[in-house]
Amino acid sequence: MTSSGIANRQETEQESSTMDEGTLIYEKSVVGRRGYTLPETGGTETEILSGIPENLRRDAAANLPEVTEGEAMRHFIGLSVKNHHIDKGFYPLGSCTMKYNPRLNEAAASHPSFTGHHPLAPDTTAQGALRLMYTLSGYLSEISGLPSVSLQPVAGAQGELAGLMIMRTYHKAKGAACTRIIIPDSAHGTNPASVRSVGFTPLQIKSNEQGVVAPEAVEAVMDDQVAGMMLTNPNTLGIFETHVAEIARIVHSRGGLMYLDGANLNANMGIFRPGDVGFDIMHFNLHKTFSTPHGGGGPGGGALGVRAELDRFLPTPVLEEDSHGELFFNYRRPDSIGRMHSFYGNFSNMVRAYAYIRTLGGRGLRRASETAVLNANYLKELIRKDYDLPYEGHCMHEFVISGSRQKKLGVKTLDISKRLLDFGIHPPTNYFPLIVPEALMIEPTETESKETLDHFAAVMKQIAREAREDSEKVTSAPHETPVGRLDEVGAARGLDVCYRD
Amino acid sequence: MVYMPITDDDRRKMLKITGIRDIERLLSGIPEDLRLDRELDIEALSEMELLREIDSLAAKNTSELVCFAGGGVYDHFIPAAVGTIISRPEFLTAYTPYQPEVAQGTLQVIYEFQTHICRLTGMDVANASMYDGASAAAEAAVLACRVTRRNRVVVSEAISPLYREVIKTYLSGLDVKLVSVPATDGLSDPDRIARSVDDTAACVILGQPNFFGLLEELEPVAELIHKVSGKMIVAIDPIAQAILKTPAELGADIVVGEGQSLGIPMAFGGPLLGFFAARKELVRSMPGRIVARTTDNDGRTGFVLTLQTREQHIRREKATSNICTNHALCATAAAVYMTLMGKTGLRRAALLSAERARQTARQVFELDGFEPYFPGEYVREFAVRTPLPAEEIVLSMVERGVLPGIDAGRWYDGMDDCLIMAATEKRTAEDVARLVDGLKELSQNHALP
Repeated sequence: MTSSGIANRQETEQESSTMDEGTLIYEKSVVGRRGYTLPETGGTETEILSGIPENLRRDAAANLPEVTEGEAMRHFIGLSVKNHHIDKGFYPLGSCTMKYNPRLNEAAASHPSFTGHHPLAPDTTAQGALRLMYTLSGYLSEISGLPSVSLQPVAGAQGELAGLMIMRTYHKAKGAACTRIIIPDSAHGTNPASVRSVGFTPLQIKSNEQGVVAPEAVEAVMDDQVAGMMLTNPNTLGIFETHVAEIARIVHSRGGLMYLDGANLNANMGIFRPGDVGFDIMHFNLHKTFSTPHGGGGPGGGALGVRAELDRFLPTPVLEEDSHGELFFNYRRPDSIGRMHSFYGNFSNMVRAYAYIRTLGGRGLRRASETAVLNANYLKELIRKDYDLPYEGHCMHEFVISGSRQKKLGVKTLDISKRLLDFGIHPPTNYFPLIVPEALMIEPTETESKETLDHFAAVMKQIAREAREDSEKVTSAPHETPVGRLDEVGAARGLDVCYRD
Repeated sequence: MVYMPITDDDRRKMLKITGIRDIERLLSGIPEDLRLDRELDIEALSEMELLREIDSLAAKNTSELVCFAGGGVYDHFIPAAVGTIISRPEFLTAYTPYQPEVAQGTLQVIYEFQTHICRLTGMDVANASMYDGASAAAEAAVLACRVTRRNRVVVSEAISPLYREVIKTYLSGLDVKLVSVPATDGLSDPDRIARSVDDTAACVILGQPNFFGLLEELEPVAELIHKVSGKMIVAIDPIAQAILKTPAELGADIVVGEGQSLGIPMAFGGPLLGFFAARKELVRSMPGRIVARTTDNDGRTGFVLTLQTREQHIRREKATSNICTNHALCATAAAVYMTLMGKTGLRRAALLSAERARQTARQVFELDGFEPYFPGEYVREFAVRTPLPAEEIVLSMVERGVLPGIDAGRWYDGMDDCLIMAATEKRTAEDVARLVDGLKELSQNHALP
């Protein structure tokens, strides 16, 4: 091929890629194209519709796209390649636990006897599914030290909701009029939002200079009005809440309950069990700790564990075993907070989590947590000289650095994040936790190799150097992504959230 | 160790760099007395052993039941391409699209999903998804209370009792009174609703079709609630919606529903797909993520999460909802499904389902003792009065390989003889024959002295 031929081809490719920038499936739609085959109806449309009162009939079909299957495939494949994902590259998002999603789990979850089962079929027809759920609940109990587990909540935030409702119902049953929940300033945003959603008021307390909650801070605000406390452990700074046992004692002594936000359970497996040290309630994130895929934002799984005295409050229905070893859902639970989900939770993700836990086993789960901690400490050591480290000492499975030094040079944490994209690396969680200025919260997980960590550290070093020597390169990043920085202010003002022809 | 690339050699080198002798030291932040002093009691299995175990668990399920059950989850056909797309790691293993420059795939699909839902329902705006129809309905009620600053929610007893239970749970801490209005002949009764609707009512919630499959007259109820400046919330079935007048035309302010029918397997009830659509004046009060179309710094079209100041990660205790993780991959499946089915296909699926439901009903009602439970009109789900308890029928029929429907007596007092049956485009004449033969045999056995 001549050099001009190559140039031509490049030009055509560029044009066609420009042509496809953000082109919607609706803009590719042509009247008369079809992406499905279905049997013909026996009767005419008029005949079938005659059963529907005229004033309720739809006059014109919903104006959905008209494309062939091949065109749809090109459209969606074309979109898919614009995504970053865990199979493509590093994803060190703090508190999100972006670990590898084993394909074995997918194979298990796609078993037709599971995927084809209607949720309202009698329990007698679902004994396999129920056995898997029952066993998984047992594994989560073993991992957490909390004897009763409900698999019903479908996300961490829904687990929080259920857990806080249990707190409210528990206090109500005792005749106590509690209204407040203690939350440290390092907490995830879902914590205060969930507290509000159940009608409580969040009571925020400060972490100390070591980045943990001091028992005195809890003691100072703890009174009979406080229903309990939500804590993440290790916390969002990646630091273990050293005083957790003492804090639990203080909260319990005034009748309160301790809630563990299980987002950071990946540091704990086989090392520390929340139920053993004073936590009464916790949620698990199956999509973080137990490797179910994030799916671009869900579905997840937010199972809830409680200590035995709180079992009677769990969402209905509750899975139980009769004396013949048959499993059944018990709906007659008068003290229950009620139903959180249409059925029993995200069953397919339970299968995935089961497969994961069973593949690693007790020893493997501990190894996973240890390795997650090792990876985080190693990475912290590699980049600590180039960025500010607000908290000294060993971290658990994640750590937080600050871009304050770079900000003085005119390079914000947002710019560092965007520059990372040029290297095929997803940026860490940024501007969180709120107590660290210009925060970058880094969680490498145990499924990353030393080579990946070394590469990330080298890139972080390079960006720190660029911030000093060529800051424009960082502040104008990203340069290598399908689109550049997007106009978010314009998006919120124009609010084009639905395509109109 | 599986999935973990750190070798013993790596570990030695890494520990050396961190200046720590062993892993135990690394965990020194955890007080000694708080640590677990034993191994977790969970046995490890290899990949093939695990799959064998899954097979043996799955074998304990009664599989391949011919499904006439509905109640929010339906046995629709799913084109093969849906599975192909949502199994792509680019969609499957991506995180929430907080970094739009490397998430245009997910963001554009969600924008298209929002558009499909708006076009199906006639509403102005839709969000990126909720957990399921029930939690979407509950969040709609919470929204209505917030924007009207009222604390009474009126629901028809003819909406799904599963929705009602979840709504009740979600409202339980919020000092909101939930009023359930009994139905008349299986239909929401505007006269009875009128008695519960005054200027303290935040909203009325109706199903279209309702739990018994019946078509409701939405307009009179919408008029009632609008007269007192409350909100009209309608929970729909997205397949039936393809042949029904849009709730927007009939006065809905918020439309929610269960999207499982749109390309998502029944999977023992989860994950499902909640959708949430509303009139544009409510957009800033909506729960969950919303994607907007915008441009980048070079003027290229792109997509971003918008109005994030409604959400918990920004607004914390003042957020419109605590929802964070949603059901994005299910929304992706629904977007692919609605694209493939398109304008004519979704309508065809609805017409076929309605036709199969009519054929099923006709044949069931020819049997002695089986008759319509209610006189009203339906699309693809209908209630049958049975000559023996519906629960018994269900338990006997599953032994014949047919799930004949759901037993309304589980949720409605005095309706033990009510079986709610649904059909989809997947039900064949042979399936119907199998159902009818089984029912005939059961009722004949029952009739014997």
